[in-house]
Amino acid sequence: MNWPGRAQAAEPARQPGTENIWALLERVPDPEIPVLSVVDLGIVRHVEWEAAAGNPKILHVGITPTYSGCPATEMIHQSVRRALDAAGYTDALIEQVLAPPWSSDWLTEAGRQKLAAFGIAPPESAVGQPRHLLRAPASVTCPHCGSRVTKRVSEFGSTPCKAHYRCAACLEPFDYFKCL
Amino acid sequence: MSAVGEAAESPRGKPGSGESSPEGLRPALFRYLLRLGDTSLVLGQRLGEWVGHSPALEEDLGLANISLDLIGQARLLLTYAGGIEGKGRDEDALAFLRDAPSFANLTLVEQPNGDFGRTIVRQCLLDAWQLELYEALASSRDARLSSIASKAVKETRYHFHYSSDWLVRLGDGTAESHGRVQRALEDLWRFTEELFAADEVEEQLGRAGVAPVLADLQPRWSSRMDAALHEATLVKPPPSPYPWHGKRGVHTEHLGHLLAEMQHLQRTYPGARW
Repeated sequence: MNWPGRAQAAEPARQPGTENIWALLERVPDPEIPVLSVVDLGIVRHVEWEAAAGNPKILHVGITPTYSGCPATEMIHQSVRRALDAAGYTDALIEQVLAPPWSSDWLTEAGRQKLAAFGIAPPESAVGQPRHLLRAPASVTCPHCGSRVTKRVSEFGSTPCKAHYRCAACLEPFDYFKCL
Repeated sequence: MSAVGEAAESPRGKPGSGESSPEGLRPALFRYLLRLGDTSLVLGQRLGEWVGHSPALEEDLGLANISLDLIGQARLLLTYAGGIEGKGRDEDALAFLRDAPSFANLTLVEQPNGDFGRTIVRQCLLDAWQLELYEALASSRDARLSSIASKAVKETRYHFHYSSDWLVRLGDGTAESHGRVQRALEDLWRFTEELFAADEVEEQLGRAGVAPVLADLQPRWSSRMDAALHEATLVKPPPSPYPWHGKRGVHTEHLGHLLAEMQHLQRTYPGARW
């Protein structure tokens, strides 16, 4: 299926020597959409070993909230903590990163494919479209059958990050992950 | 509100951490953060009253989701406020243990929900204001406030689409819906004075480049509201002569009842956790 144009995902640069930690974070699922990892969602912003004078290096893991009121934020924090502790990084610091604010553009390509396979239409952001005009579009691609003959039922779906649609071709309802 | 056991590593940020404004600005910044945070918190609480009672399932979801966004903004702002105050009060202490005279929310948002149309009018007036305010705050010299605002403005755009769409549907609707929404507009318009009435808190922060000049936000708010009201075939009420003082802790009779319901559990069982 071809998804309409999207901006390049801003994947954070990975510090050499942290590959194993990124790998373990790739196994931390999003609580609401468990097929996606926190890395797929662009929630993990940095994984860095920082030298502290005279002391062993400290691991800093930066995570960013998606929506201001996302109730999964706490759970994600706890899941990342548990994953780091289980792997022995009990002294790692988990930092909340607020700037730049999370954007749906940070969803990885793998994340977008997984969303669609799970039955949630991934965000359709035309490259260069002014953000202030953005709203859940009148129609998006149906993740079940690929048709564009879909209709927006509600701007807010099961969660603030999603809108609700119905497909006129296959008649299935589905959620759409909104552009932010 | 806090689901994580230890406050030290809260996902909402350590109180006081982050790049904040110089020492001399802290008292004004604390009061300003309460104004913004309390406005979001009280409105979030009002919208929560609709859960299970909305006219349609989609509106139950819509209002609840907007409420969630607002409460999230309140958490970020109040956590920052507690850190600036420096007396060890976190977001929960500020939300659940203050009395009405200590709340600094805009008078508009504590007004009762009334019917769905009245809720929509209140929401649209506030959404249009938050849009201008957060847009301006995204370039605040205070980096943490700028981050919170940059995030909030994106969510507020969706809120405004929702509330203005409904304003148009109800205003340019049946005689019944039009009449109800016009009356609600006339009742709530008096509280819009306060949106742009600056005092020494906003003036001091304005000089420091931390907060925008409120009067500067009014022209765009007015033109946005004029366009929505015009499309909704509603008549803009005349300006109200009364200033309102919610920002200064002088509230209408409604806030006390709202806080009693919101704070009851925490005050009855202090320190209770899930």
